[in-house]
Amino acid sequence: MCAKVVEYPAIWIAGAACSGCSISLLNAINPSIQNVLLDPVLPGKHVSLKFHATVMAGQGEPVIKVLKATAKEKPNEYILIIDGSIPTGEDGLYCRLGEIDGKEVTMAEMTKELSKDALAVLAVGTCAAFGGIPSGLPNPTVAKPVAEFFKEQGISKPLINIPGCPPHPDWMVGTVAHILINGLPSTEELDEKLRPKAFFGKLIHDNCPRRAYFDAGQFAKHPSDPGCLYEIGCKGPYTYADCPTRHWNNGVNWCIGSGAQCIGCVEPDFIDKYAPMFEKIDEEGLEKFKIKTR
Amino acid sequence: MATKITIDPITRIEGHMKIEATVDGGTVKDAQCAGTLFRGFEIILRGRDPRDAQRITQRVCGVCPAVHCTASTLNLDSAFDIADKIPDNGRILRNIVLGSNYLQSHILHFYHLTALDYVDVAAVAAYNGSDPELKSLKGFISRGELAPFIPRYEGDYRFDKSTNQELSKHYLTALEMRRLAHEMLTLFGGKMPHNAAVVPGGITEHPTVDKIAGFLWRLNKLRDFIDNTYIPDVIAVAKAYPEYFKIGAGPGNFLCYGAFDLDGTNKNYATRKRLFSQGAVEDMRNYKALDPSKITESVKHSWYDGEDSVHPSNNKTLPNARKADGYSWIRSPRYEGKVYEVGPLARWVVSYFAGQPQVKASLDTCIKTLGVELKDLNSVLGRHAARALDSKLVADSMAEWILELKPGEPVCTAYEIPDESDGMGIVDGPRGALGHWIKIKDKKIERYQLVVPTTWNGSPKDEKNQPGPMEQSLMDTAVKDTKNPYELVRIVRSFDPCLACSVHTISIKGAKLGAMRVV
Repeated sequence: MCAKVVEYPAIWIAGAACSGCSISLLNAINPSIQNVLLDPVLPGKHVSLKFHATVMAGQGEPVIKVLKATAKEKPNEYILIIDGSIPTGEDGLYCRLGEIDGKEVTMAEMTKELSKDALAVLAVGTCAAFGGIPSGLPNPTVAKPVAEFFKEQGISKPLINIPGCPPHPDWMVGTVAHILINGLPSTEELDEKLRPKAFFGKLIHDNCPRRAYFDAGQFAKHPSDPGCLYEIGCKGPYTYADCPTRHWNNGVNWCIGSGAQCIGCVEPDFIDKYAPMFEKIDEEGLEKFKIKTR
Repeated sequence: MATKITIDPITRIEGHMKIEATVDGGTVKDAQCAGTLFRGFEIILRGRDPRDAQRITQRVCGVCPAVHCTASTLNLDSAFDIADKIPDNGRILRNIVLGSNYLQSHILHFYHLTALDYVDVAAVAAYNGSDPELKSLKGFISRGELAPFIPRYEGDYRFDKSTNQELSKHYLTALEMRRLAHEMLTLFGGKMPHNAAVVPGGITEHPTVDKIAGFLWRLNKLRDFIDNTYIPDVIAVAKAYPEYFKIGAGPGNFLCYGAFDLDGTNKNYATRKRLFSQGAVEDMRNYKALDPSKITESVKHSWYDGEDSVHPSNNKTLPNARKADGYSWIRSPRYEGKVYEVGPLARWVVSYFAGQPQVKASLDTCIKTLGVELKDLNSVLGRHAARALDSKLVADSMAEWILELKPGEPVCTAYEIPDESDGMGIVDGPRGALGHWIKIKDKKIERYQLVVPTTWNGSPKDEKNQPGPMEQSLMDTAVKDTKNPYELVRIVRSFDPCLACSVHTISIKGAKLGAMRVV
């Protein structure tokens, strides 16, 4: 019923995660999640989601076999999507993905195996990109972000970080669309933290609708107050993402829009250095990021 | 000879899970539930600013963050001694945030996590109608790349072709509906998953007339979907798979912390007026008022050091991955030392016996419509039915609550963090009873403890060798084909397990049986 469609295989595996990244992807609008799963996302190009534990029909060893078969049959064709950080303590036993031939496979082992023949790896969400909450002090499971894990294991693969707790669906779908239209992003298209500049190129503070209050020195003293939220802990001056213009959940709202401070969830320093979340960030930080108060 | 069935991973649940069942003579003789991820949130929380617990604990689970934010803010409100001072706008908007996520979670669970066990999507290959979504699904099937709908367990799809097609369409519509429920929440919560606006003292977002209207019209679509699609679909599954009223019975004891505060002036969460009643029902008949001091946790078969039968407020998280008796990272919560099930079914049974009039009327009608008795609800289908009723009552209630908001009036109250204090936050989420306990010292978190719904339902055996509710529900189940044990996954999924929240297991290798590693 349709012209020839090229299938682009994708595998999504989750480590120390909360499923929030997957749930956020379900909130995609144009294309919707129905479009992403069923339709060619771009004319003649369909992303075939071979493995995703939350949506797939099957279970048990057959689905683990699908994982391995995809890697074997489609070398250098499939995109590996990882959400969650990779626990490396206790030989990786803190996170196991399933069993094959009576042996349990850990997230660490599976990441190593599947990344070997992947076309590219997308680290989705702040846990995969930078470690996130599971690697928060004292990091009880020695959970690592993908980039650090790759470095330790000597794995060299094109890696794109799409952080956020969770990431906006547009950031995920947009990055995949970029790959389908233009191929992998060039180094100029990513920042030094391997994030697409298209989504993470601008400081929240610079585009914040409450910026005028900051410049005028009008600060909220308490949550739900009008004014700039800087004094009650807003991390917008440190945080690079397009939330102020894109907004969330079909554009109906966003964190600062709802009167709550930005907690910097797309940044590597979330959650340790950006804590406490309700306390003002230090002035040294402002200097570092060249933010001038009035 | 006994056959051991290992299903690892259990998919279409939240998180990482495995089950092992020993089948002998065609029925399950022993069962173990195990989660396979441990992150250590309670350890990470130590030493942090207490207020950060609200942001961090939400991130325990991306499917049900709203209930963690509710439990953590109730917990902090009580520790900051402002539990009775939350302005009505704040109280109502918190109910709206929690209620919206009830709808998204229940719809997601029935259609996207459960339906593929009963509905044959492949029937859409023969679709000849004009619905654009079904045509799109047909095109997808015709291209032959059937992931992620294949592979699957084969063998027990009972609907005719046109019903399968119709239910497949509902699967797609439901994606839209759960997304809309997130939008409803976001109007007042800022974003989802992981909302920003709910804070100790109330909420940061203000109710305005445009938001109220925007909420109502989205809710209207959801209510129409629940009344005319979701509930009829649950009935259709019940009619086609009637024996599942006799399959998957849990312990028959039900616990509920209540949910949706209707009056914020009572400091005591165990007795304050809520839409769903707090309480415990033993043997599907004896109602008792809730006494949180009777909640204990045991670690006999969990990978933790420490004592058994300890109240959560005194418990510590001392992981020991190499503990000899352990087979699970989940602790075993018990109430009065007994095994209790939590979740929508528990919520409805408790409120029913507590005499909540809306619940009583609705549940009596449900039993009559389905042609079953009350005791039959302790089953796979009973859990799905309760979840659908839950959605309807919460949706209908929100339509009233949203009009009780007073634009321009306060949403939040001020507080100070005490040097030392204890707190407790208990509330039912979509999956059941959730408790957070905090101990503050020097204005920092000294101890934070969570006992979450799937910890109750997915718990391992305790020191008295009592298996957890999910383990009990698998026992004695007849398995027709050990290579396609669809009965077992239907039972497990009826609990709507949330592994990220709770089941953090490393399993042991079982006894040497004729190990047949199916699926």
